Amino acid sequence: MPANFMPSADDLLRFSPELILTIAGTLLMVLDPFFGKRAPRLFGHISILAFLAGILGALGAQSGTGFSFSNLLIVDGYATFFRILVLSIGILAVLLSYKYLDRELAETGEYHALLLFCVAGQCLMVASNDLIMIFIGLEISSIATYILAGYLRNDKRNNESALKYFLLGSFATAFLLYGIAVIYGVTGSTKLDEIRTALSQPGFSMAAVVIAAALMIVGLGFKVSGAPFQMWAPDVYQGAPAPVSVFMATGPKAAAFAVFLRIFMTSFQQISSDWEPLIWISALLSMTIGNFAALTQNNLKRLMAYSAIAHAGYILVAFAAKSDGGAAAVMFYLAAYALMNIGAFAVIIHICGKGEKNLRMEDLAGLGRTQPFTAALLTVFLLSLIGVPLTGGFFGKFYIFRAALQSNLVWLTVLGLLNSAVAAYYYLRFMVVMYMHEPGEVANTLEPLSLGLRAALVLPAIGTFFLGILPGAVLNFARASAVFTR
Amino acid sequence: MNLLDIVIAIPAIGFILALLIPRAQEQAVRMFTLVCSLAAFVLSLGLAIGYQTGQTGQQFVTNVVWIANPEIHYHVGVDGISLWLIILSTLLTPIAILLSWRSIHQQSKEFFALLLLLEFGLVGVFAAWDLFLFYVFWEIVLVPMYLLIGIWGHDRRIYAAVKFFIFTFAGSVLMLAAIIYLYNLAGTFDYALILDQIRSGHITLSHTQETFLFLAFFIAFAIKVPLFPLHTWLPDAHVEAPTAGSVMLASVMLKMGTYGLLRFCVPMFPGAARENAPWIVILAIIGIIYGALVAMVQPNMKKLVAYSSVSHLGFVVLGIFSFTQLGLDGAVYQMLNHGISTGALFLLVGFMYDRRHSLAISDYGGVATVAPWLSTVFLITTLASIGLPTLNNFIGEFLVLQGAAQANFTWSVFAALGVIFSACYMLWLYQRVFYGETSEEVRHHMPDLNVRDWCCIVPLIALMVWMGMYPNTFLLSVTATDATVLEQSNMTTPLRGAVSLPGGGTHAR
Repeated sequence: MPANFMPSADDLLRFSPELILTIAGTLLMVLDPFFGKRAPRLFGHISILAFLAGILGALGAQSGTGFSFSNLLIVDGYATFFRILVLSIGILAVLLSYKYLDRELAETGEYHALLLFCVAGQCLMVASNDLIMIFIGLEISSIATYILAGYLRNDKRNNESALKYFLLGSFATAFLLYGIAVIYGVTGSTKLDEIRTALSQPGFSMAAVVIAAALMIVGLGFKVSGAPFQMWAPDVYQGAPAPVSVFMATGPKAAAFAVFLRIFMTSFQQISSDWEPLIWISALLSMTIGNFAALTQNNLKRLMAYSAIAHAGYILVAFAAKSDGGAAAVMFYLAAYALMNIGAFAVIIHICGKGEKNLRMEDLAGLGRTQPFTAALLTVFLLSLIGVPLTGGFFGKFYIFRAALQSNLVWLTVLGLLNSAVAAYYYLRFMVVMYMHEPGEVANTLEPLSLGLRAALVLPAIGTFFLGILPGAVLNFARASAVFTR
Repeated sequence: MNLLDIVIAIPAIGFILALLIPRAQEQAVRMFTLVCSLAAFVLSLGLAIGYQTGQTGQQFVTNVVWIANPEIHYHVGVDGISLWLIILSTLLTPIAILLSWRSIHQQSKEFFALLLLLEFGLVGVFAAWDLFLFYVFWEIVLVPMYLLIGIWGHDRRIYAAVKFFIFTFAGSVLMLAAIIYLYNLAGTFDYALILDQIRSGHITLSHTQETFLFLAFFIAFAIKVPLFPLHTWLPDAHVEAPTAGSVMLASVMLKMGTYGLLRFCVPMFPGAARENAPWIVILAIIGIIYGALVAMVQPNMKKLVAYSSVSHLGFVVLGIFSFTQLGLDGAVYQMLNHGISTGALFLLVGFMYDRRHSLAISDYGGVATVAPWLSTVFLITTLASIGLPTLNNFIGEFLVLQGAAQANFTWSVFAALGVIFSACYMLWLYQRVFYGETSEEVRHHMPDLNVRDWCCIVPLIALMVWMGMYPNTFLLSVTATDATVLEQSNMTTPLRGAVSLPGGGTHAR
């Protein structure tokens, strides 16, 4: 076949979200010197437009699904679902950041450019059919997040967070890379479907494959903050700027879960009985460590970090079901979790004040009386995090545990559900403080919700109710797309 | 869209609209929620009128698909048991709103709106015929009650509210696991279809499977009932809740547990229910006696009534697990009776608290001389509660004891002790509060019942007499449905001599 270096129109369409985000990110960096001081909000507006264009691009790509760039990329329903999810998370992250960056007098151009690059990396990850592409996407996303975590460079906690995340993150990525190298050595390919084909033939070293899978579990387990690789998460989430913390807990995590699932459900599906126990243990550990550690936290960001670990545990339960239904449950849950987590963080960003000085649980005291609307929406998100019916979080849990029971994971289900009863306790503390305590100084002197934060509260609330009352549409799409190319 | 759908929809729509009323319009919120709840009540009476007593099975059925995959239906209907429990819920809600009219000062909009949300959940629980829908309503009930206790309760309200939530939630997640497990076996959440499949042998449950499924449902319901030793949340919740919360909790919410036992546990898992009946009955009897004894020594009126609930609910569980027609009839009747008479007791204690601002029995005395009407009404309620013939509780307790005696005579002997004890603690309470020396505080702070108080209490007193004098209004439809439950549980013959109580030996009749 003669070498053809010009990508075809199909290739470009299937690659369009990444192209749009990269161009927009570069544009922001060019514009930054000119408008950085005069119109700090402009960059946010442009990013939102770019994300919206990216969503259109992803939808356009979905109209012609298939492989692209010599099978390096694959656009299928699964990729489109996650692309739209991470792009939407990008929009909400921008909405969360307007007020925050204002308050901290931070420069906005680089921040938004980094956000765009980060999401571009995630879009690439979820649409990769090749371990090297996955690695490149993961690095694009991770490096941008390392910088974002330390974005307020004069803040000590930001620096600590970024450094920790960077050191541990690179260490974990090395494991992933090592795993890729081993599997390439065994099968002679880095393409997911070819690895699968190679593994279905006899004559390869089983031990090497299992080692490769285990190494990848270490690397990706770190990225999704699944126990026992969760140690970094509380420190990093607590130290990073609040909008970045919630972004890290939703966007990169969703993308990492997407590739985690794709690799293991495509390439390593035949040896699923070997990796299932590892995921099983990781799920149980994550849920238990996350929930029990969260019980005693008083710093809101740290508490939400432990809650993020626990939720990663629930998702790993569906992963352990190793079925298409389980994959659909993972997709649904990640969407529901992104909405409720971002909504809850919008309130935290609202109350934290300059320099994030109001982050104690008591700082929410009396919010129900001074700002009933904000408190009511936070209540919705908390109920969703607990898993009370008519919210997205409930259906998410329902689908997860249903998939787990279908795969006969009875004990994991029972332990997971009991875990969610433990979790109810610390989410209820928010409500106790908001509604049942006298308004404190923070609640009394709070300014009204800014427009961006209001949008970042109302949109996820609508989404949470939509997923909780009419989950059918999203779930059907997830089920239809959770069939991996094999 | 039939009458039942409207009764379910009114509180939900009312809740949303009430939240939209501006905060300053307190009177408008109160009036609006009262009108909504009265409308729901009047329409629910239409259910009773339109109900065909002779027929078994559900009536006023609506069955439409809510979520396509997995197939979850909005499937509601009423039968002879749920009919009266729905009416109980719709009756108590306007009363709860009315009695809170002046006693709730802060955030009154949320308070009255949450009462409507509570009503929505309660009516839904009793109407649902789809297991998933049932679970949804079951959890919805939790949230407003948690907030009612936690925001408007007394000093230890936060502890009580959180304890209430965690206890109930922990139980119900197990039930969720069991519901999903059943779905994976049966391919449907529809209760009637699952029941058919189990009864026709289409699904065969192994002994272990049946026992675990039974226990998952049973624990969720037993916490709600509450059955000894899972009752510890109840005294806290009752004492700390505002009066309206206590009334709704005692009158209607506890019935969710016993209703669940009767509706789901027994028919779906008859084998496990039969096998486990002996120890469940023993727990029920312990609850009857223990609740009564603890009630006797309480210095706090609300706590006394709360522990009497533990005792009364023990009768209901005893009736259900006697597996006799009389026992089941008595159990259902006793659910309604307890709703009326204990609801009235909490209401009256609430009246007294509003006046004297104390729940301690020692702060009262000689109330009869300053508030004769209050005393009279309290006396009637007391007599009803201890099971005086011609008042409602007598019928229910009698039926339960008779049913239990058919199953095992020893059971009824021990359970009857509870009836005697209840006379002790209630009459002693009455004596200490209403007779004796009238203190200065009582003399100055105990005005007699006002018009609004009368509006709250009269319907309940009237029902106590009606249900005591002419039980057939209610019992005919209950009996027909109970017969179906009994037949579904394959338990047409009573359990004989299956248990020997300590010291009592085995007494098969």
